[in-house]
Formats: sequence, structure tokens, C-alpha cells
Amino acid sequence: MATTLESYSVCLQNVLGDALAQITERLGELTLIVKPQAYASAMLALRDHPDCRFEQLIDLCGMDYSDYGDGAWDGARFAVVTHLLSVANNRRVRVRVFCPDDDLPVVASMVDIWPAANWFEREAFDLYGIVFEGHPDLRRILTDYGFIGHPFRKDFPLSGNVEMRYDPTQQRVIYQPVSIEPREIVPRIVRDESYGAGR
Amino acid sequence: MAEIRNYTMNFGPQHPAAHGVLRLVLELDGEVIQRADPHIGLLHRATEKLAEHKTFLQSVPYMDRLDYVSMMVNEHAYVMAIEKLLQIDVPERAQYIRVMFDEITRVLNHLLWLGAHALDVGAMTVFLYAFREREDLMDCYEAVSGARLHAAYYRPGGVYRDLPDSMPQYQAQHTRNEATLKSMNANRQGSLLDFIEDFTQRFPTYIDDYETLLTDNRIWKQRTVGIGVVSPERALALGFTGPMLRGSGVEWDLRKKQPYEVYDRMDFDIPVGTNGDCYDRYLVRIEEMRQSNRIIRQCVDWLRKNPGVVIVENHKVAPPDRLSMKQNMEELIHHFKLFTEGMHVPEGETYAAVEHPKGEFGIYLVSDGANKPYRLKIRAPGYAHLAALDEMSRGHMIADVVAIIGTQDIVFGEIDR
Repeated sequence: MATTLESYSVCLQNVLGDALAQITERLGELTLIVKPQAYASAMLALRDHPDCRFEQLIDLCGMDYSDYGDGAWDGARFAVVTHLLSVANNRRVRVRVFCPDDDLPVVASMVDIWPAANWFEREAFDLYGIVFEGHPDLRRILTDYGFIGHPFRKDFPLSGNVEMRYDPTQQRVIYQPVSIEPREIVPRIVRDESYGAGR
Repeated sequence: MAEIRNYTMNFGPQHPAAHGVLRLVLELDGEVIQRADPHIGLLHRATEKLAEHKTFLQSVPYMDRLDYVSMMVNEHAYVMAIEKLLQIDVPERAQYIRVMFDEITRVLNHLLWLGAHALDVGAMTVFLYAFREREDLMDCYEAVSGARLHAAYYRPGGVYRDLPDSMPQYQAQHTRNEATLKSMNANRQGSLLDFIEDFTQRFPTYIDDYETLLTDNRIWKQRTVGIGVVSPERALALGFTGPMLRGSGVEWDLRKKQPYEVYDRMDFDIPVGTNGDCYDRYLVRIEEMRQSNRIIRQCVDWLRKNPGVVIVENHKVAPPDRLSMKQNMEELIHHFKLFTEGMHVPEGETYAAVEHPKGEFGIYLVSDGANKPYRLKIRAPGYAHLAALDEMSRGHMIADVVAIIGTQDIVFGEIDR
């Protein structure tokens, strides 16, 4: 890594220009937040611009921010987070794009830019219900055939909604509502900044 | 005139060459593949969703069960992500132990891959040899963690405990006479490090054995040379990492290019292929085993000379030792809080990647300051590789699909998650 992260972030700002909503550097990692309408063009620039050359899409995943910080979140609910790797420049960057509509989250597909995005986008569609515009084959991938709902959304219960068993009278496998109660042994706690400071 | 149509065939999920639970829908023209559509998810356990409902420490054993043939490397990426967010430094000895066990794990993984791949293609013997060596390495796992497979040995801040001074021994049995028992336990008289060193001295000749069986074998070459060719540009675009990328001639290894732990102090080489076919990927992985052997030796030398702590002293992250916990109120509270409420990881997000035996294994961890992760995304190398199966197998015969699945080193624990 020849140049420092700060100068590199300035360089990326020049490349992306108006498409960039925010750029942050933390723990030695760069995070770009890209405007949804300029998502595809920004990603293409990241792949092809000689200063970027992110020829590999390492990872793409959906995010549901609705419970973030126990309800402290007030932005768009769904986002798509992409991790890019440049083998030529030995750099990594994280790109986040928020889906403008919470009820029908839609973003552009990256399949034309990186073929690796194909299955990652299918996974994000399956688990979060994010629709990728321009994806050639947006089917469910990890869940069962005929599954209803998007299981990684924060309002989907951990135990699921239906369970499957073999029914001896009907002599086939049937689906029925789950018979187990969701059980939480360790509650989730977010401590405030000044926790324990007064003692 | 009769209409000629392609027909589709189901391959798996219960097929021994499907490496677990792969359902592959093949569209065939005669015996030539026109399209391959893998249906995955039959082993989906929603590890990422489960982790959102567990404390950070409780998710460590889940990582073992992702890629269940390279357990400790999965844990490594996960604990590295937590350490990065907590901004804690791992003791040097723990870093060496991690590197040593990463490489032991790489050998374990490649041995299973080699045996299974050869078996798929039609060579039985290699499988038996590979499992003989895996037995020794799993004994190392057992000595250090108590478990032969799902170790849960790497913890945020270091490793659970230091290397033991003794190896488990074979017990007397009615099928073993005294002389056999003595010879079986001959290399287990000393510490774990003695046993590992003895293994590293034996192992290169074992690799030579595998190579005499396969490398110049005519049948092996007929089945692998020119099969599943991927150009370097295409390998990058398809998201290939690890031996799949190096087999296509791209010199990229996170251990060298973005070194973590103490890999920058290790002396080893990265093998690369030239043709990008199954045979080159076989050669790359064979050479990787030799290089791993070199790294293990360097770690053993260092670990012998440098005793020390293996986990951080910060008791908000790592538990205090038993003795101080029994004698000291403060430590008792720390222990109790750590194992009930768990640690609070500062708000933020990070991506930690390691050079997994199969490629780049990454953990994208988002924390909102709670005692549980807000989001955990596992970047499994096999996922991107299997996605390319369609492209790699088009125009090949049915039997070549088996060779391509073998060369991709598919394990469903990590792909389905």
C-alpha cells in the first residue's frame, strides 16, 4: 500500500464525485455510502478507473437496520453492503447503498459488472427481500422451495413460522405452525455511554 | 421426423460425489452438459441469524461447523473481526499458536480434499493414505482442545489455553499386543510440540507417496488436464480466491499480500498454476501442503524457545484463570459477567479475512454496542466457486462435472451456512 488511506479516500472522492454520499475511514477500512440512483455507474467507475481497479467483488450482502441501537436508527431500513478487492492495487473498500423505499427495496444489480454478484444477490433477495433490478435469474437460493417470507429481516422470528413433519395418517410431509416458543436466555443489551460512570 | 430434445438430469442430493447435499440439475445434450444449475440450501442452518441471538463468545463453536474440515481457520476470521472492533492486541505466543494451527488445518483440509477428489475420479488408495495422516493431525486438535473436530479453541484475545506437555496415548486393547502398542505410542512420549515436529519430518515423504500415485498417473491426467479451465481474468471476475485463483496463475495470497498475525515473519512460497485446469489446481494444493509443513516447523521452533501468555489479561474480554477466580471477588464477578451477559463490543463495522484453505474466508461484523452482534455475514469462499460451476462445466461430459466439483473443494457447511 503505497499511499495512505487518507490520500486514497481523497482519490476515491475525485473518481466518484457526486455519486458519493459519504466516505468514512475507521479501523483502517474505507466505507463509501453511494447514492442509490448513481449506484451502478459508481461501481463501474470503481472497477474500471485506473486508480481503483477493484476487479473482484468479494462479498455482497443485505442489511436490515430497523432494530439498530434498539430503535435509535432513523434512516432507510434496507441496505446492500459490498466488499470490493483490488488485486492490482492491493486495496479493499466497502460500499453501502441504502434502498430508498422501505416497503419495496430495489437497487440495481451488479451482475453485469461482476458475474460473482449473481448468487450473492440471490441470497440477499432470499433472506431480505431486496430486489435487484436487472438480475437475470432472481430466484430464492438458500431457503426451501416454496418458502414464505424473508428470514433474515429483524421482524422474522428466530424459530420461524412453520415446521415440517411426516404425517402418518396422510402419509406425506406436511407443514404446520411452529409448536415451539421463541426463548431468549441472554437478553440483548445496549449500554449507554455513561454506564457505571457515577459509581 | 423425431424431435431431438435436451433432457435434464438430477445429480444428488444423495450422490457420493456431490460432497454432501448438492442437488445439481443438469441439462444434457447426449452426455454433454449444456447447463448446470446447482440447488443449494439443503444444509442451511441460518448461522448468521443464530449469531444475532447469541453473545459474541457463544458463536465461536458455530464457526467450527461452517467449513467442518477446516475448523480452526473459520474461528480465526471470527475472532479477528471481534478483536479488530475491540482494538485489542493478541499476545505473540497466541499468534504463533494460531498460525501453526491454521497451517495444520490447511494440511487437514487439503488431505481430505485430495482423498475425496481422487476417490471421485477413481483412485481409492489415496483416500486411505490421506486419512492415516489426518488421524495424527486430529490428535493434535484433541491434545490442544479436547475435541477432534469442533475445537472452539481460538477465543477473542488469544487461544483458550497453552499447548499441553503430553500427548494422548493409545490404550491397551485385546487386538494390540505390547510391542504394537509401544510402537504406536513411540512418537507420543513427549509434548505436543515434539509430536508435531515428528509429524513435519515424516510428512514430506507422505506427500511424495501421494504424488507417485497421482502426479504422473495417466488416468489421473486424462481426467484432470484441460478440464474446467478458467482464465485469470475470468477467475477474478467470478470472485475466485485461494487455490482456485492461484491455479489460474494469479499470484494472490492474503498471508503474503495482507499478512495477519505473524505470517510476515514466516518464510514460505506461493505456488501458482499456468493453465487454470483441474490438474494445475491439484499441483497448487500439493505444493501448498509442503509450504504449510515449512511454516509449521518454523512455528514449532519459535514456540519451543518463547514461553508466555496465550490470551489477553483484559478480563472484560477473556476469562480470568481458575485460581484467581476462586480467590478474588473482582475476578469472580468478571467471570460471571463474561459468561452470562457477555462482552460488549464497541459500535462499528469491520471485515476480517483470512486465507482459508479454500480461499478467502471473511467475516463482516456489525455491532451496535450490544452484547450480541447486530449483523454477521460470513463470506464463504466455496459459495463463489460453486456459483461458477455452470460456467466451468459447460461443454464437458457428465463425468467431468464430478472432477470439477472435486477441484472446487466444495463443503456444504460453509456454502449453505
